[in-house]
Amino acid sequence: MIKRIKRWIMGGAGFLALMGVSKMGFAADIVTPVINTGDTAWVLISAGLVFLMTPGLAFFYGGLVRKKNMLSILMQCFMLMCVITLQWVMFGYSLSFGPDVHGWIGNLSWAGLHGVGITPYVDYSATIPHQTFMIYQCMFAIITPGLILGAFAERMKFSAFVVFSLLWATFVYDPVCHWVWGVGGFLRNSGALDFAGGTVVHINAGVAALVCALVLGKRKGYPSHMSPPHNLPFAVLGAGILWFGWFGFNGGSALGANGLATSALVVTHVAAAAAGLTWSFLEWKLSSKPTMLGMITGAVAGLVAITPAAGFVDVMGAIWIGIGVSLICYFFVAVVKTKFGYDDSLDAFGVHGVGGIWGALATGLWATKEVNAAGNNGLFYGNPGLFLIQLKAVVITIAYSFIVSWVLLKIVDAFIGLRVSEDEERIGLDLTQHRESAYTMLD
Amino acid sequence: MKYIVAVIQPDRLDEVLRILEEKEIHLVTVSNVLGRGRQKGISEVYRGHKEGGRLLKKVKLEIGVNEEFVKTTVDAIKEGARTGHIGDGKIFVLDLKECFRIRTGEVSEVAIG
Repeated sequence: MIKRIKRWIMGGAGFLALMGVSKMGFAADIVTPVINTGDTAWVLISAGLVFLMTPGLAFFYGGLVRKKNMLSILMQCFMLMCVITLQWVMFGYSLSFGPDVHGWIGNLSWAGLHGVGITPYVDYSATIPHQTFMIYQCMFAIITPGLILGAFAERMKFSAFVVFSLLWATFVYDPVCHWVWGVGGFLRNSGALDFAGGTVVHINAGVAALVCALVLGKRKGYPSHMSPPHNLPFAVLGAGILWFGWFGFNGGSALGANGLATSALVVTHVAAAAAGLTWSFLEWKLSSKPTMLGMITGAVAGLVAITPAAGFVDVMGAIWIGIGVSLICYFFVAVVKTKFGYDDSLDAFGVHGVGGIWGALATGLWATKEVNAAGNNGLFYGNPGLFLIQLKAVVITIAYSFIVSWVLLKIVDAFIGLRVSEDEERIGLDLTQHRESAYTMLD
Repeated sequence: MKYIVAVIQPDRLDEVLRILEEKEIHLVTVSNVLGRGRQKGISEVYRGHKEGGRLLKKVKLEIGVNEEFVKTTVDAIKEGARTGHIGDGKIFVLDLKECFRIRTGEVSEVAIG
């Protein structure tokens, strides 16, 4: 029974949930779980916060592209909000969190949200309605493919984007989500810690982004003739919304309004601050001036890195994770990308992929049971085993995402073609894919 | 003296500027413009209504030069702006009557460089 309770807590149900759950343990299935209004309110608000991250991401990315492609970025983000939501309620949620099939995938018995009602589903969250958990997770499913679009910005056909995103959500996001978070998922059972989506969201999307950059190829004129970001204030606005939304992303992953949520929120904020500062100092030292773009890139990298670790590390751990991620991502974005010449246009891999990998591994270093008894101790707290488990989860996620994303892109390329024509690329995606302009020149 | 006006594809600007610089033609004025030539524009649609004058975004360069630099300048623009596709743009060469440098009061051939 101890093991069973532990498994429940691993789901992140938090301390309040733990009390409810252990009571449940004795009475098995007779007692109806009690909905906690505080927990429910917090997770509902967190769903809203995480939702807002996708429009935030749209402005973050949109500000970084050229004028002629601004709407294409916004449109891709809004398209995901619509398409993935429907995918999620029709079958995505069931594949991700539904009853387990051999540790690999959920079955389809919750398709169309069949049986997913307002009664809590104790294995995931004993104190909030099952639908609250479902819609909160929906927002993660939306933003994850959104992160990828930074890699193929300014050159992908809109139709190909829609089909690829839907396939990717179904064949990459849903399975990996099940492995790590679904009851019975094999990575979850192996003890891998991922509080809010370091592997599921960031490594998964970041690696897919690298594959996209490789398969689609460079933008015309890259790297010698690229214009600077067309609207940095938009990018800063977007980064601000992302930072704000991340409180729901990580804080909400406690699935309760409790101490764990507070701890996760605090370390999230601290890591972002440490990372933003570090990136700025690096630029100041290595390339003459601290830049606005560098500052927000660092802050977002910090938020990425703390995502798996929040809820398991203390404030000092968060600071080290924040400093570390900026050092590593700066190196990837400024040195490695230039050296290898791949056009990861908005650094989706350089920040989310690399930052996510660092975060997941760093969880294996700085995690401590003092923060979360249901977690584990990392290497620096005397348990090297956790680091190896984290490493295994990272390697498996990278391999799976890399291979399947590659295959999906090749399939879409064969049927629809991934890239717009050279002429369309030159004129811009706004006009050629959407028949609109973001900005008028006359009036 | 001649006044050279060129309308080119926006994405060729960098290359044109680079070649001009290489030929030591440093003075240039650049502006965003809308226009149409044989390529025609693309109409926009807002909530189902077709709109827009079917104009495309182009970049306009204006350069005042002395006679001996006319050919170099025109060649540099042609080299940098040409893709071989419709819509590459046009170069106009106009006679230039007079030129003053505001700071020094210099005129004509001396002022233009």
